[in-house]
Amino acid sequence: MEPLLEVRNLRKSFSVSSGPLGSKRHSLKAVDGVSFSLAPGETLGLVGESGSGKSTAGKLILRLLDADEGQVLFQGEDILKRSRKEMRPLRRQMQMIFQDPYSSLNPRMRIGEILGEPLKLHGLAKGNAVSDEVMRLLATVGLAEEHYYRYPHEFSGGQRQRIGIARALAVRPSLIVADEPVSALDLSIQAQVINLLQDVQKEFGLTYLFIAHDLSVIEHISDRVAVMYLGRIVELASAEALYKNPRHPYTEALLNAVPIPDPALRGERYLMQGEIPSALNPPSGCPFHPRCPYAQALCSTTPPPLADQGHGHLASCHFSGDVGRHRRPVPGP
Amino acid sequence: MPPLLEVRNLMTYFFTRAALVKAVRGLEFSVDTGETLALVGESGCGKSMTALSLLRLVPEPGRIVEGEILFEGQDLRRLPPEEMRRIRGNQIAMIFQEPMTSLNPVFRIGEQIGEVLRLHKGLDRGEALGAAIDLLDQVGIPSARQRIHEYPHQLSGGMRQRVVIAMALACDPKLLIADEPTTALDVTIQAQIMALLDTLKRDRGMGTLLITHDLGVVAESADKVAIMNSGLIMEYAPVGVVFDRPRHPYTQGLLACIPRLGHKKARLESIASRVPVGVDLPPGSTFLDRCPEPFAPQRGKLPPLREIEPGHFVRCWSC
Repeated sequence: MEPLLEVRNLRKSFSVSSGPLGSKRHSLKAVDGVSFSLAPGETLGLVGESGSGKSTAGKLILRLLDADEGQVLFQGEDILKRSRKEMRPLRRQMQMIFQDPYSSLNPRMRIGEILGEPLKLHGLAKGNAVSDEVMRLLATVGLAEEHYYRYPHEFSGGQRQRIGIARALAVRPSLIVADEPVSALDLSIQAQVINLLQDVQKEFGLTYLFIAHDLSVIEHISDRVAVMYLGRIVELASAEALYKNPRHPYTEALLNAVPIPDPALRGERYLMQGEIPSALNPPSGCPFHPRCPYAQALCSTTPPPLADQGHGHLASCHFSGDVGRHRRPVPGP
Repeated sequence: MPPLLEVRNLMTYFFTRAALVKAVRGLEFSVDTGETLALVGESGCGKSMTALSLLRLVPEPGRIVEGEILFEGQDLRRLPPEEMRRIRGNQIAMIFQEPMTSLNPVFRIGEQIGEVLRLHKGLDRGEALGAAIDLLDQVGIPSARQRIHEYPHQLSGGMRQRVVIAMALACDPKLLIADEPTTALDVTIQAQIMALLDTLKRDRGMGTLLITHDLGVVAESADKVAIMNSGLIMEYAPVGVVFDRPRHPYTQGLLACIPRLGHKKARLESIASRVPVGVDLPPGSTFLDRCPEPFAPQRGKLPPLREIEPGHFVRCWSC
């Protein structure tokens, strides 16, 4: 099947100043050659720690930021070549859901207006049809008709995220980029919003790029998972393969670090030392080598390519065959 | 010997213009030396207000209206403000979720840690700086001798939280209150910080009150767990019991609704959404309106926290 979205060698640097009065300029490579593809109806999870470039990648794909290099093929067409004006009709098909549902809703607009606006802008409904459609959207995301006249501040965090989802759905998109959509929510609410995202995906045949830092959430919702480190994808595989058999030491370390909600499995585990290095001054060779328990001399000089380790399981590690030795005992089903 | 900390029937209310908000509605729990009690709940359940109540730092218009806070047998509520100040930061220390809010951005970190030592231990400037370097070493900050001259903004989030922990440990507290200490951190840094807190607890025999919403963190570091909802403890038991055989429907709901690595399922369970805030609480248990268990005769009456097996307490009529 033809991919809905294909990202090729996407790059973005930011210019950062430091020194007295900002006299020194540095280039920070936020996204450093990212490639992947998304099949229609699929969910790709993009996971990484703060500063890994995952949110920037999401914004580049929607052209909320302009990429320096690379291609973003949407239904086969490179949308980075389109002018701002030519982008507008495409924006209907690519929507975003944000982390903080409150700061992404206009506090002075009623919910009915918030949800009606995109319909009018894109000419999807007129007159009475707008409010009918908004009512239908409210029902889809589990809100009531009476919420139509309310303001964002009258809602709880979970309800606001439902509004954010309804607004993205309003224009009947095919691709949704969701950037940490549940990380600001309480546990019980998080479960409901994840279920809702899965329900509407099935109902409308949506394709998701799901950006998050929580590996448990990512594993639950994704078909495939891409792990990012310092602006690059270091591993990409099906959610199951990635969890069962990580082929990159960083993925293994991330999985080890997730606290397991079962006190019976408490015990010693290998903990990754140090912190994610500054993207202003990334390590030579493999960017992970200073923290890597498997690193050898080669790693500090030669960056490993993102290569197929079998069955489409991609990992960028010279010694990916070794990975697994430091894995903590994993809970089985 | 009395426990290190024993809380009896603690109630903290907020007297706002609009309404009376009952943030904490009668808590009972205890923390022993060398033990970690996790206070678990969703936002608005009163867990942070509980922590502030223990230190008598409840902000206006809030007030502790009832209860006893026995620290080594002494009721902190009865202490004059002077003596309370000596206990705070000295025998009971607290760390918060966002380290930047507990660090002063315009002072070097060596001075900030040193200040604690000068105030509480009477060290002079030079001694305090030396002790600060020691503390930074203990919390795993590399090249501490250089780092003491840096400002908070020059450190990463994980390093800042280590500095805050160093400050909290400066006076060898007997009890550490940690309010969501790793929530703002990345998962690999979280693991490092939790391991650090664990080592410190073991080496120093410190009691810890860990406030968190993360059941994974609870499972890995707590000895006892109190599950809170709407200002009340719903279930209270040793950690193994809570995860193994939770009895309260709210606890069961929380445990069922989290995604677990390696246990992929088609759909997450969900418990009814609303965490009621303290305003206009129904007269009975606030969990009543979403409790799946049938217990009609008692509806509208608040169930007591009952001991159903030794050390396992549940606030429910039918459990």
